Amino acid sequence: MQTTEKMALWQRMLLMRRFEERVIALAGKGHVAGHYHVYIGQEATGAAVIDALGPADMLFSTHRNHGHFIARGADPAAALAEILGRATGCNGGMGGSLHLADPQLGMPHTSAVLGGAPALAMGAGFEMARSGGDRIAVAFFGDGALEEGLALEALNMAALWKLPVLFVCENNSAGAIGAAKGGYPGSIIGTERLTALPAAFNIRHVSLDGNHMEGLRAAASDARKALIAGEGPVFMETNTPRWFGNQGLWPDLRHGPVDIGMATGETPLPGGPDADWFAAHDPILRGARELVAAGVPLSALHQADARITADMDAAEALALAAPFPDRAAALRNIFAGQST
Amino acid sequence: MTATQTQVTFREAVIEALAEEMARDRNVLLIGEDVGAAGGVFHQTKGLFDQFGPIRVIDTPISEAGFIGMAVGAAMSGLRPVTEVMFGDFITLGMDLLVNQAAKVHWMSDGQYRVPLVVRTAVGIGAATGPQHAQSFHAWFAHVPGLKVVFPSNPADAKALMKGAIRDDNPVIFFEDRMSYGMRGSVGGADHVLPPGQAAVARPGRDISLIALGQMVPRALDAATRLASAGIEAEVIDLRSLVPLDEGIIAQTVRRTNRALVLDPGCIGFGASAEIAARVQELAFDWLDAPVARMGAAQVPVPFSPALESRVLPDGAAIAARAAAMVTGRQEGEAA
Repeated sequence: MQTTEKMALWQRMLLMRRFEERVIALAGKGHVAGHYHVYIGQEATGAAVIDALGPADMLFSTHRNHGHFIARGADPAAALAEILGRATGCNGGMGGSLHLADPQLGMPHTSAVLGGAPALAMGAGFEMARSGGDRIAVAFFGDGALEEGLALEALNMAALWKLPVLFVCENNSAGAIGAAKGGYPGSIIGTERLTALPAAFNIRHVSLDGNHMEGLRAAASDARKALIAGEGPVFMETNTPRWFGNQGLWPDLRHGPVDIGMATGETPLPGGPDADWFAAHDPILRGARELVAAGVPLSALHQADARITADMDAAEALALAAPFPDRAAALRNIFAGQST
Repeated sequence: MTATQTQVTFREAVIEALAEEMARDRNVLLIGEDVGAAGGVFHQTKGLFDQFGPIRVIDTPISEAGFIGMAVGAAMSGLRPVTEVMFGDFITLGMDLLVNQAAKVHWMSDGQYRVPLVVRTAVGIGAATGPQHAQSFHAWFAHVPGLKVVFPSNPADAKALMKGAIRDDNPVIFFEDRMSYGMRGSVGGADHVLPPGQAAVARPGRDISLIALGQMVPRALDAATRLASAGIEAEVIDLRSLVPLDEGIIAQTVRRTNRALVLDPGCIGFGASAEIAARVQELAFDWLDAPVARMGAAQVPVPFSPALESRVLPDGAAIAARAAAMVTGRQEGEAA
């Protein structure tokens, strides 16, 4: 990977992070109704895998979809407006945080019910296998989704019919900080290795460091080639140690927005129980360290950060100024083709 | 409507609809268990595999959630799948995909995605198939915003409604009473399409409206014949669709006959009959000369033993007795 490509990918990851830090801050001010889930700590997987995709590929995501949505190129203002329940949101405020979707991005639907993404992606892959066109379907899901039978049914059917489906299992329970194995938050599943499941269906599988953008990008690119070649589905496990702020249902940004200077020691790492995550796992800081090692000055990263932060300021202002949907909007699309 | 020369059975009528729509639109597929070379466990897909092959007629594993999910994903991608759930009772395995995904995608995407999907499923009380192979959950689906629910009672409607369901851009749950599979009748030609949402007057009358669905329609017609010999002219309405519900025809018939007896093949408790009875009162309260009544499946699992199973649904005689009492103002069994 060229340094410029790596830099572009890292900036996408940083946008994902700054977006969600903004969501948490807005929630703290009472702007976000209901609950929401953030992707912090998993950005490398979403950014790298989605970077390897083609424009006509289809993505199915989960309740933890903000990162995928931004990585695919969503307008942050429309995404933020949706999370705030505004009329200008990408789904007119009907879906909210758990269901960000945009057909223009090939992201038709995000299911908060765990087995949904693998099954629907398998269905999209079924259409692609039939219609052709060098397209693949991608399902992002967490390790917990494999506890639902539907995910295993989807694996079986994709394998039986050699469907072009990339199953991306983001295992954020591995090494979860402060959580005992098998305890919350973590998957409760009877296999030590999640890849034993696709292996049982003779599905090509790989288990990866989920915070290493270069390795992920290469693996996703290889997987897509095999899928286009009609070799059948691919299962990719990406191990992304859970961000400490995700321990409960309500994300907690207890050290504030990440400071890029922590990558080089320009800013000291926070002490305490979170130090290890910042030092070893945070994909933003890890990517920054790799870029600095490749000769990119830290000041260039700060400049990129300043631009992204300014963009997020603008997106936030737009979203907060947007109106809430009018009451008639709720009755608008119960059936396709209905008159309003 | 141009009638075909020969009479066909209910099951053949649906096969005709599928074959015509599959020939018309290559995006229409049939997906399910044993729908292919086996031709369906009730022969309800016979011939389609030979005509369209394994690319269009897809046998699946015994994974109802999986293949309904596949169909939803495929429908969002531009195909128009007809998915078959072998017995209506098994549809429970795919509920999440229908209720949380298919029903909500169009709405949740603010109208940006459509799910043109048909789920056909066989139900029916009377074949001694026992408690897990006979119950009809049509009322459950009617409760969910975003799903259409149809339940034809004769070959002509089955064919036309299947074509209408396939051409509809929404998920449609298509109930077939397998006790009607052998029923014969003439059917419309390839251009006769009935969209969901239109009821029909199955028999005109002036004294009482028998508002019926599915298997209750032939029973209502039987009751009407019995009532006629007693001088009571019952009007039989075949709802054909639960969602959308044809409120126009319901209002019209009740305002004319001033009495309504609702007949549902599902369980009475919290069932479709309750909703229809409520609509009757909303639409025609001032025209009613008697309280709205309803009859349907007893609030029990469907027993295996034919001696018990035959008593789950009211027959024509029981319906006639109830209707006569409503018209004459006397209780059943009371001397004239």
